[in-house]
Amino acid sequence: MRYAMAIDTKKCVGCSDCVVACQTENNVPIGYCRDWVVEVTDGTYPQLELEIRSERCNHCSNAPCVRCCPTGASHYAEGGIVLVTANKCIGCGACIASCPYDARFPHPDGHVDKCTYCNHRLLEGLKPACVSVCPTKCMYFGDLDDPNSEVSRIIKKRKWKTLIPEAGTSPELYFLI
Amino acid sequence: MREEIIVSGRMNHLIDPYLQIWHWPIPFYLFVGGLAAGILFFAALMTIRGKEEQYTAATRYAPFIVPFLLVLGLGALFIDLNHKPYFWRLYTTLRLESPMSWGAWTLMVVTPLSIIWCAINIRYIFPKWQWPYEWLKNLDAFFVKHKMTIAWVMIISSTILGIYTGILFSAFNARPLWNTSILGPLFLASGLSAGAAVIAFMGKTHLEKTTFAKIDLLIIGIELFLIIHLFMGFLASSQVQIEAASLFLGGEYTAPFWIFVVFLGMVVPAILDFLELRGYPIPTVLPMILVLFGSITFRFIIAFAGQASRYLY
Amino acid sequence: MATRRDFIKVSAIGVGGLALAGSSYGLLKKVIPAVKGNEKAQKVIPTRTPTYCEICFWKCAAWVHTNDEGKITKIIGHDSDPHCNGRLCPRGTGGVGMYYDDERLKTPLIRTEERGLQVFREATWDEAFEYIAGKMKKIAVEHGPECVALFTHGSGGAYFGHMLKAYGSDNIGAPSFAQCRGPREVAFQSTFGDLVMSPERTDIRDTRCLVLIGSHIGENMHNGQVQEMSDAIDKGATIITVDPRFSTAASKSKYWLPIKPATDIALLLAWIHEIIYNEWYDKKYVEKHTYGFDQLKEHVKDMTPQWAYGITGIDPNVIYETAREMANASPAVIVHPGRHVTWYGDDTQRLRAIAILNALLGSWGRRGGFYFPEKVDVPKFNHPPYPKPKRNWRDAFPGMYNLAEEVIASGICDATIPVPERECAFKGWIVYGTNLIFTLPDQQKTIKAIQNLDLMVAVDTMPMEITGWADVILPECTYLERYDEIRVSPHREPYIALRMPATEPLYNTKPAWWMAKELGKKLGLADFFPFETIEEQLDWQLKQMGTSLDEMKKLGVKKYERAADDLYLDENEPFEFNTNTGKIELFSTAILAEGFDPMPKYTHHEEPPEGFYRLNYGRAPMHTFSRTANNPNLTDLMDENTLWVNPKVAKLWDLKNDQYVKLKNQDGFVSHTSIKVRVTERIRWDSVYMVHGFGHRQPQMKRSYFRGASDADLITRVHVDPIMGGTGMRGNFVTFVTENLEA
Repeated sequence: MRYAMAIDTKKCVGCSDCVVACQTENNVPIGYCRDWVVEVTDGTYPQLELEIRSERCNHCSNAPCVRCCPTGASHYAEGGIVLVTANKCIGCGACIASCPYDARFPHPDGHVDKCTYCNHRLLEGLKPACVSVCPTKCMYFGDLDDPNSEVSRIIKKRKWKTLIPEAGTSPELYFLI
Repeated sequence: MREEIIVSGRMNHLIDPYLQIWHWPIPFYLFVGGLAAGILFFAALMTIRGKEEQYTAATRYAPFIVPFLLVLGLGALFIDLNHKPYFWRLYTTLRLESPMSWGAWTLMVVTPLSIIWCAINIRYIFPKWQWPYEWLKNLDAFFVKHKMTIAWVMIISSTILGIYTGILFSAFNARPLWNTSILGPLFLASGLSAGAAVIAFMGKTHLEKTTFAKIDLLIIGIELFLIIHLFMGFLASSQVQIEAASLFLGGEYTAPFWIFVVFLGMVVPAILDFLELRGYPIPTVLPMILVLFGSITFRFIIAFAGQASRYLY
Repeated sequence: MATRRDFIKVSAIGVGGLALAGSSYGLLKKVIPAVKGNEKAQKVIPTRTPTYCEICFWKCAAWVHTNDEGKITKIIGHDSDPHCNGRLCPRGTGGVGMYYDDERLKTPLIRTEERGLQVFREATWDEAFEYIAGKMKKIAVEHGPECVALFTHGSGGAYFGHMLKAYGSDNIGAPSFAQCRGPREVAFQSTFGDLVMSPERTDIRDTRCLVLIGSHIGENMHNGQVQEMSDAIDKGATIITVDPRFSTAASKSKYWLPIKPATDIALLLAWIHEIIYNEWYDKKYVEKHTYGFDQLKEHVKDMTPQWAYGITGIDPNVIYETAREMANASPAVIVHPGRHVTWYGDDTQRLRAIAILNALLGSWGRRGGFYFPEKVDVPKFNHPPYPKPKRNWRDAFPGMYNLAEEVIASGICDATIPVPERECAFKGWIVYGTNLIFTLPDQQKTIKAIQNLDLMVAVDTMPMEITGWADVILPECTYLERYDEIRVSPHREPYIALRMPATEPLYNTKPAWWMAKELGKKLGLADFFPFETIEEQLDWQLKQMGTSLDEMKKLGVKKYERAADDLYLDENEPFEFNTNTGKIELFSTAILAEGFDPMPKYTHHEEPPEGFYRLNYGRAPMHTFSRTANNPNLTDLMDENTLWVNPKVAKLWDLKNDQYVKLKNQDGFVSHTSIKVRVTERIRWDSVYMVHGFGHRQPQMKRSYFRGASDADLITRVHVDPIMGGTGMRGNFVTFVTENLEA
């Protein structure tokens, strides 16, 4: 099993529902976020292009954060989800510095916090909160090892890119372009 | 015009608008670690070479600073932790891929080693020193007997410690400025240079002073060479590393780096060492202060500039 | 362990079934904490209660989740509701912040010093009602009850409306008409004999071509519409966006027409010209259903793409091509009427042009165009007849705005300032849930009107600018803590939705139904409130509708069947439109009868003087007007607006990104607060843009206080639409002030 998410930049309007849904679902303290929205404009008026991306932890298959964690708090869970075990985390910050996406942050309780792909919802058979709330349905989630999962199918059908592949992290967050 | 903005989210404390997860404790910890490694390295080296009697500052006196340095360093590391009650988790696992784990375990080896080294040399500072209890005396005798073995362990572990101070940074490919393997040798050199400068200052004999002035001069030369190498490497690398290098080549860290680290921390002490060797009466405290100042500034600048260098946004 | 996991999966499937939802959800929640190994949580079952969202007018149905301590944790869209299809927008999801905002109004307040100084004392509810009732009785005696008006925006306003009608006034207005969508309703009414309604009857889901005239779907987060546009993108529909700004929608469009502001009518007329003279219109439809085609054909004879090019700056080939795209998709094409359309004062005529274009393409009443929505009616309970008001707001505007079918909120404001020729000015305002200082143009005038009042009551959840001007402030509990009317919005199929409290109200706040009833009692109108509790009333109404309160508490949303299968026009049947001619009026007899052009004409609008830029404003998806600016969850997403400036303009003025500036308009008014510059290619060089709703100056709202700037500060010149009284607000020009920003 290999969980992955694909985000259709052609449909995303950047409304940030994913951000607030994540906050309320995961009780992320106000002032912090596990996902965020980036907007890139290219060109000169009126020849313009806009790309909108809902970003979060890339759940890399070669995750530098897992590698550099001195205690094993950062680890791969089933399906390649990168998780942090709060009571193993010493808050040294190494994983935060190691993430090229800046997807991790120190929770006010001291441990490091990040996107979990809503692991607790996956166990219930639900999709991550951001995916299930998105008004444009621009997010696809599922198992890449299953060729019939919606994420596998959309990745086969569409052109995509990942972010900073040159950092060697093998990210599992796909952006449809 | 290209415009890349974060529309929402991402105002995470210590992450945005730019990374500042590591404040003073980490570069301070790396500085004292490097200095401690430098001193222990020379203590072990001179012992192994059988020059214990000629270089008493290196082998007997300077190492007494080391346990204090290491305790200060560990204290700083502890201050840096955000989830302090779980500190002990560092020592429930050894993770070979994690520099932080390496560092924690290396310190776990080096700190007791340095204390043992001080213990067996305490008789040279307090000639009338007597260990109480029979078992302590036996233990002391045991360590003295195996001094050479300890020296070998110490020279290896201090080298690891010295390199580690650089690897901690260079293992992060997320920060282009840090992500260069030159940082390990460079920080090792910087630590050795600091150690040599301290020993030169503490040296009791002309021989010891001039020997360590020469060593310092040599290491500074290596450091300068490595720095040139560092920038050549950056400029010949990918765009993000070119941008990282530009922080020092016109960017906001240009003046502090070239003035404080390279000029005052390396070039000036090198000139002073050179003049001293030529027989000019230079007080050895001067190059020591400059080298230590350069060494600590270097680590602070690399720590902060590295956090400012990134791939995206 | 494996069996337990399997069991969870099975029960999760059950959630899909509506009837099972309540029970299986409980089951699910009971099991999950066990998986986490949380012994404590295992004992108590978190619950969910139905509501419909109050953060904007779209009113999506949702479930409010509460934890074992009864605290609200999250709000999730209702799967069966066509407004949201189980997916709330960011504001709906962040609605929890409205409840948790600790800067809410907490207790009734009565003014003790001069109006506007904002010195209040805390009062009991009884004192507050006594005060209001006393003043209202006095106004009724001295001036007549018609001199009290209600401004309302939000569900609870209905109860105050009922109370006011019982009292003897029908001056119940919402800024959502004359400050927002009024022109489109009047234009579509006079063309098709029917309204666009809310939610809009646009069949975007099945459209093949969507044309947006300045409408920024995606930035306005009108949920169902955004969802359907996304579906349309998936299906490969062509989107054509006309906007001087590269909006989000423009970025999703096959064609973006970066039009010169205020010239839209010329483009629309050129499109009409192309469609008529290339014979691309739906001939059968036009012949069967429309009136005035020949006059229209003659009218647009010279309005060629070349003519429009000179006015709009849009390449004639692009005008031709886009017209053909529309025709190719016809009748599954929508030239979207937009929502906030009070721009330049000739807005009804612009919307007429849009309606005509739709008529020519045959999209009205066709799949992928505009459907015929249906809603169910909530039965009215018995109460004494409302007294017949002797006067109403129209008397202040004799012979004017006859086509306006709703009250003109700005008109009530105008008629509050006494003038010798007018018999009576308004003496009392009740302002429910609308921050008039920000929603009405010309703040000076609004404040002047308020200063002429004998009574000013504000009902709100937050200490907004408008509450600062009130004599009495009534703190309403949020929608998460109250019952409201049953939601019966028009849609493809009729649906109803229930709102019920998820928790007890925080602080000393009360729901609107209770306030209206208690105030009614004080006014001697107890007979108009026959039910003791709101539950009784809702249960009675729901039982008339074939359900009950208990059932709706479990369902949240209920679907009804359409009375007839008439979602679209039946091609084979005749159809009578509710217009003077019974046809779709390309040539409007109703507008002609009022003395205006029966067919739209392009008129030149004023352009920004040297060194000034047209002030354009819009929405951000994470906020609703100025109402959500203090919501902690939504402020977290966006806590201030920025001023979009074209790089060429920025260079000219030496403006840098993130630099703060103030704006000065053509009349010398300077924005009260400063705003951060965003240098971006997404805006034309002759305009600047900001999101509406920021620049609050209400110190009690700490998260929004002095954050960003308010466009309302700068909209001092209003171009009133002579047909329906809409307030055109996009004829204001601003320049930059970079010094003395603190002052």
